[in-house]
Amino acid sequence: MAGRSKAPHPARGPVLRLQECQHSCKKHLGDIISFFFRFISGNLARDSSDSELELSTVRHQPEGLDQLQAQTKFTKKELQSLYRGFKNECPTGLVDEDTFKLIYSQFFPQGDATTYAHFLFNAFDADGNGAIRFEDFVVGLSILLRGTVHEKLKWAFNLYDINKDGYITKEEMLAIMKSIYDMMGRHTYPILREDAPLEHVERFFQKMDRNQDGVVTIDEFLETCQKDENIMSSMQLFENVI
Amino acid sequence: MAAGVAAWLPFARAAAIGWMPVANCPMPLAPADKNKRQDELIVLNVSGRRFQTWRTTLERYPDTLLGSTEKEFFFNEDTKEYFFDRDPEVFRCVLNFYRTGKLHYPRYECISAYDDELAFYGILPEIIGDCCYEEYKDRKRENAERLMDDNDSENNQESMPSLSFRQTMWRAFENPHTSTLALVFYYVTGFFIAVSVITNVVETVPCGTVPGSKELPCGERYSVAFFCLDTACVMIFTVEYLLRLFAAPSRYRFIRSVMSIIDVVAIMPYYIGLVMTNNEDVSGAFVTLRVFRVFRIFKFSRHSQGLRILGYTLKSCASELGFLLFSLTMAIIIFATVMFYAEKGSSASKFTSIPASFWYTIVTMTTLGYGDMVPKTIAGKIFGSICSLSGVLVIALPVPVIVSNFSRIYHQNQRADKRRAQKKARLARIRVAKTGSSNAYLHSKRNGLLNEALELMGTPEEEHMGKSTSLIESQHHHLLHCLEKTTGLSYLVDDPLLSVRTSTIKNHEFIDEQMFEQNCMESSMQNYPSTRSPSLSSHPGLTTTCCSRRNKKTTHLPNSNLPATRLRSMQELSTIHIQGSEQPSLTTSRSSLNLKADDGLRPNCKTSQITTAIISIPTPPALTPEGESRPPPASPGPNTNIPSVASNVVKVSAL
Repeated sequence: MAGRSKAPHPARGPVLRLQECQHSCKKHLGDIISFFFRFISGNLARDSSDSELELSTVRHQPEGLDQLQAQTKFTKKELQSLYRGFKNECPTGLVDEDTFKLIYSQFFPQGDATTYAHFLFNAFDADGNGAIRFEDFVVGLSILLRGTVHEKLKWAFNLYDINKDGYITKEEMLAIMKSIYDMMGRHTYPILREDAPLEHVERFFQKMDRNQDGVVTIDEFLETCQKDENIMSSMQLFENVI
Repeated sequence: MAAGVAAWLPFARAAAIGWMPVANCPMPLAPADKNKRQDELIVLNVSGRRFQTWRTTLERYPDTLLGSTEKEFFFNEDTKEYFFDRDPEVFRCVLNFYRTGKLHYPRYECISAYDDELAFYGILPEIIGDCCYEEYKDRKRENAERLMDDNDSENNQESMPSLSFRQTMWRAFENPHTSTLALVFYYVTGFFIAVSVITNVVETVPCGTVPGSKELPCGERYSVAFFCLDTACVMIFTVEYLLRLFAAPSRYRFIRSVMSIIDVVAIMPYYIGLVMTNNEDVSGAFVTLRVFRVFRIFKFSRHSQGLRILGYTLKSCASELGFLLFSLTMAIIIFATVMFYAEKGSSASKFTSIPASFWYTIVTMTTLGYGDMVPKTIAGKIFGSICSLSGVLVIALPVPVIVSNFSRIYHQNQRADKRRAQKKARLARIRVAKTGSSNAYLHSKRNGLLNEALELMGTPEEEHMGKSTSLIESQHHHLLHCLEKTTGLSYLVDDPLLSVRTSTIKNHEFIDEQMFEQNCMESSMQNYPSTRSPSLSSHPGLTTTCCSRRNKKTTHLPNSNLPATRLRSMQELSTIHIQGSEQPSLTTSRSSLNLKADDGLRPNCKTSQITTAIISIPTPPALTPEGESRPPPASPGPNTNIPSVASNVVKVSAL
């Protein structure tokens, strides 16, 4: 029906309208007659599942093991183990955002991890096509687990920079902060205050924003983090995860 | 956590780096992974079928057998694999659970076998996936019902003793097979119900004419006879009702039950008729009351199981029946209205009102078609045909539901009966096996002693008089023997006759033994020196190790009475009488039970003799407990071959 224009041109006049009317009448008549015939032959309830045949499910196969080994800092065995877990959860080879959210939410049963998962998804989905492939997954993990502190910090910056324009604005940071606090859930001690994320963002900007221009650039970020001992030590925390 | 999610935990942890820059305080230390090792394949050998999986797959569920260190108990060093002596089919499901996180229940598997396997592997059945959960629950419920049934019938049988008179009577009423009296009562009442019903029917048959008046029904012609019959039946019914009322455990509940109401309704008309006079006004009502006499036929439902099932089915299909009724009513009203208005026009139409058309509609919808009311107009005929067609549909729809319900309940009942019959056979087999095994023990003990005695005698007679027993059996027997030694009691075969004998002689035995043995609590097993050859280690030889070292003097007597073959064929009480005197080093001074034995002692210094069992029971020899099912040991006739006292000592040894 896409070809039919709905709005009749006033210039065409009544002739065209008549034609359209006839066309629609014929269509409806055809429908009625076909219904009648189907009623007689007992075919009334058409098997709707036939018409909804899914197109071939999208599948993705990762690049070869050697290439991945070259791209990341994992050994072959680690890559194998990672892929096994990945493939178990996502047999098609792709993780879409909903599955990702689902998986991530299971680690935080008390709170709502979907927002943060959304940001994470965007951080992992390097080419922005809406699905994480195994390569994206592994490359991201390689940075997080085996990368230098510099790379890790860059990754974190990338996470916070929602629109990937190179600047972290207060709004972006606030969104991130809220999503992190959401993961905690309602039942916390002390009770989560409404302005806690905002306060936290203010503190963050005070620390990071050197030139007080309201945004944090990558250099400001790196510089500040490298001076902060806590941050540096906590970056090393997850070295041995795999 | 689901299995796959656990695989993503490293990712979640890595992603936590995103929180670090915004954190205000230092992070806690990560837990150290002490046993960090590369993921390795482990081999699980289940009854020969080898399954292989990654170690981390199994460790996803650390509170199960395979996921914890418990599996190390099953590790086979030689083959470097874990060996489980279990069913490989079910193991497949178990391993899939580790792999996919979903536990499935295979339909072909027996529910209790499956439960056992799950319990072994430490997996709770509650995590069965949705796809298989319903099936699992259904089967489990069936199994539970079956067990409950078994328990119920067991309890019924066990509560036989110690019932009060009232309870016995109630049981007799409920289950006529409990005693012959109940059975008689059952049949008598059945007979009288039949008689009563037939008299009611025959009463109304026209019975030939008395000259001078019109044809009379039989009831009025032979009114006295019928009255007597009726009286007799009602008396029986009344007595029965009163007895039931007396015997019922809860009288109030009994009065409210359906059967008692039927009973009351069946006998009431008679009494009301007695009370009422032949008043013209009331006799009309009285006649109506006689209709209730037909309820007596419902009393048959106590006698017929099929009738009860039918009643139960109708009760359980109440909703379907209600639906049927409702839809019929709707259709009747609709069609009656239509027919009425369609036939309004025609003259002399029988469809005078809508309620009048109800009759036509019902008759047509149930496809009876009496033909007393017929539509005459064309419209009426058209609607009439539609009415009959739809009637077929509306009635046909709920019927299969009712039928299937009836079939299910009926088959359930049949299964219950079959199970009860099966249970009887099974219990009989178990009883036989039990006695078989205890007999085997006694038999082998006797044989063991015989063997030892024979060896001592050094006779060329056959050394192994009994059959050789397997290692397991011999160990089992040793265990029983140790128990005997520990408790100072002994096993006896259940025979009142025997036990009397044994007990008397036993006392005698105790007295005697105390004469020369202070510690001895038990009657005789001989005690041989430990230099016994290992071949005799099976039964009594072993007793030397577990028994206190007692230098008991026993004397042997020859068992010449019973031929060897007879020993095998008879199941004998474990009264092996042993008198051995070959060891002069033993502190003798034992005067055996019988003075004569003393005389016999000296000449029999070198010889060991055994008098075997005093009382024998002519049953087939005890084979392995799993052997053929044979009838339980026949009650022993007093086949007591007591060797004459002359042949020295009669002693019943405790076993």
